[in-house]
Amino acid sequence: MSAKSARRAGKPRKIKATPAFFDLRLYIAGQTARSLAALANLQRICDEHLAGRYRLEVIDLLERPQLARGDQIFALPTLVRKLPVPIRKLVGDLSDTERALVGLDLRPRSSGRS
Amino acid sequence: MAKPAMRPAPVRPVPKSPTGIQGLDEITGGGLPRGRPTLVCGGPGCGKTILAMEFLINGARQFDEPGVFLSFEESIDDLTANFASLGLDPRPLSARKKLSLDYVRVEPNEIQETGGYDLDGLFIRLEHAINSIRAKRVVLDTIETLFSGLTDTHVLRAELRRLFNWLRTKGVTAIVTGERGESGMTRHGLEEYITDCVILLDHRVVDQNATRRLRVVKYRGSTHGANESPFFIDESGLSVLPIASLGLQHRVSPARLSTGVPDLDEMLGSKGYFRGSSILVSGSAGTGKTSLAGYFTEAACRRRESALYFAFEESAAQIVRNLRSIGLDLEPLLRKGLLQVHAARPTTSGLEGHLNAMHRLIEEKKPRVVVVDPISNLISVGTSIEVKAMLARLIDFMKVKETTALFTSLTMDDGHPEGSDLGISSFMDTWLVLRNIEMNGERTRTLDVVKSRGMPHSNQVREFVLTREGLKLLEVMRHEGRVLIGSQRAAHASDGPVAPRRSRKRAPPR
Repeated sequence: MSAKSARRAGKPRKIKATPAFFDLRLYIAGQTARSLAALANLQRICDEHLAGRYRLEVIDLLERPQLARGDQIFALPTLVRKLPVPIRKLVGDLSDTERALVGLDLRPRSSGRS
Repeated sequence: MAKPAMRPAPVRPVPKSPTGIQGLDEITGGGLPRGRPTLVCGGPGCGKTILAMEFLINGARQFDEPGVFLSFEESIDDLTANFASLGLDPRPLSARKKLSLDYVRVEPNEIQETGGYDLDGLFIRLEHAINSIRAKRVVLDTIETLFSGLTDTHVLRAELRRLFNWLRTKGVTAIVTGERGESGMTRHGLEEYITDCVILLDHRVVDQNATRRLRVVKYRGSTHGANESPFFIDESGLSVLPIASLGLQHRVSPARLSTGVPDLDEMLGSKGYFRGSSILVSGSAGTGKTSLAGYFTEAACRRRESALYFAFEESAAQIVRNLRSIGLDLEPLLRKGLLQVHAARPTTSGLEGHLNAMHRLIEEKKPRVVVVDPISNLISVGTSIEVKAMLARLIDFMKVKETTALFTSLTMDDGHPEGSDLGISSFMDTWLVLRNIEMNGERTRTLDVVKSRGMPHSNQVREFVLTREGLKLLEVMRHEGRVLIGSQRAAHASDGPVAPRRSRKRAPPR
């Protein structure tokens, strides 16, 4: 409930009015330029759209390769939105903010993907 | 599992990994290129996944090469259930860390592309699986599924190229499956990246018979059979029947074995058939083909040699009953297991299916003597000339095993058995023709040896009789320059030059 009010206060920018809690996992492989870009882009999106109502876990598959299986990871970087359901997977370094927002359901889908 | 090379070895032989799949190693001259990816492509339901899985399971079971199966289409539970039904249950091998199954689920609805990416996730997953069981073999089935989930085909193609190169550097022998495409061999042109070895599978229907074909399209650095070969999928997995002959390189034996009929032995250089030879007994209905086959079988069992009898006309019980009427009792031999009868209606499956089943049974039971009664029934359900080639192969196969085989063949026209022998007599070493001669209101059976390679043999057409004591060839009786047969013989018995030889007594079979 508090998240709801926080969201109202924080962002006047209105989209779908479901201020759900976001559980995010970012899968990367090592500190590559692409990994760092994805992390920076994600950080920006979270700050702008999800402030105070998200949790982010960064998983480096070079260190924990066994975790790739659980979330069905094959492309990197991949951001997995575990919550809210349904699960969404955002493949790529999140440099396309519009698509990232659509993928996270923070923007309405226009005409299908791509 | 060293198989005899089909041809002289190429100049720089490519090291190979045997698949352990019957026939496939023969066509490829020893297996798939070791340490390299092979593309196996074909339409839906053509057997790609089974071939790939069998490659892994045989690798783990027979060659101590653990394997990783990365499935993009079926979940692990589905795969396991499907393969368990084919006798290829992966679970015990997984438990022993000889096999690792992983399902890469590509769900287009879940995925949104948001910028640059690569397939490192897949690489990491695969590498982790390979390292955790020290895999030597890998299957990717069907990696093209990635194209349904990811839209950037430029990236995908570049990444797949990188993946296949990476597999080469890892030194794993891999099978990559691909769905048959409209224009190319695969939908997304995987054949551009995998050039070491390409195998094409096909599943088509000819004359209402579903037939499966396998062809090695390309095999870099190695000779290979280029023909289409039929293959089968049954309860024991996949097996390929190369149409190409084994190359007539089998050893030949000078040993002889009895026909089971002493008089006939005498006609064949006094010794009978050659061991490992093929014998054709042709004749029209009721000429005694099965009886000859019966004597041959019984004589083999008497020598304590195992016999396998393929009956395509009668049931085992019927054969036993009928042969009893001419003094042959096969029952005790059946009970002892020396004789095994495999009876089936030719129409129950196509000729290819029968030949395959025969192959398997011969491989499994290792009989010294095989009877196919009659081969003509089988051929009538065949579809094309390749059937003949497959039959030639079965014969070659038995020769390599030094198995003596007797085939009976029902001919339609008594006068010209040569015309209706279905073109198989050239594969045969010994050819006996049985005839019914109708003359003076009676029918007389005759037997003659049309050919018998490598031995002196009688050129006489002999009359024979089937009695309760067995099959007897009667001496030729001449009268005034004519050969007498049937009741004429009896009428002239007093003044004939040679009296019919009386009962050469057979010891009763036990």
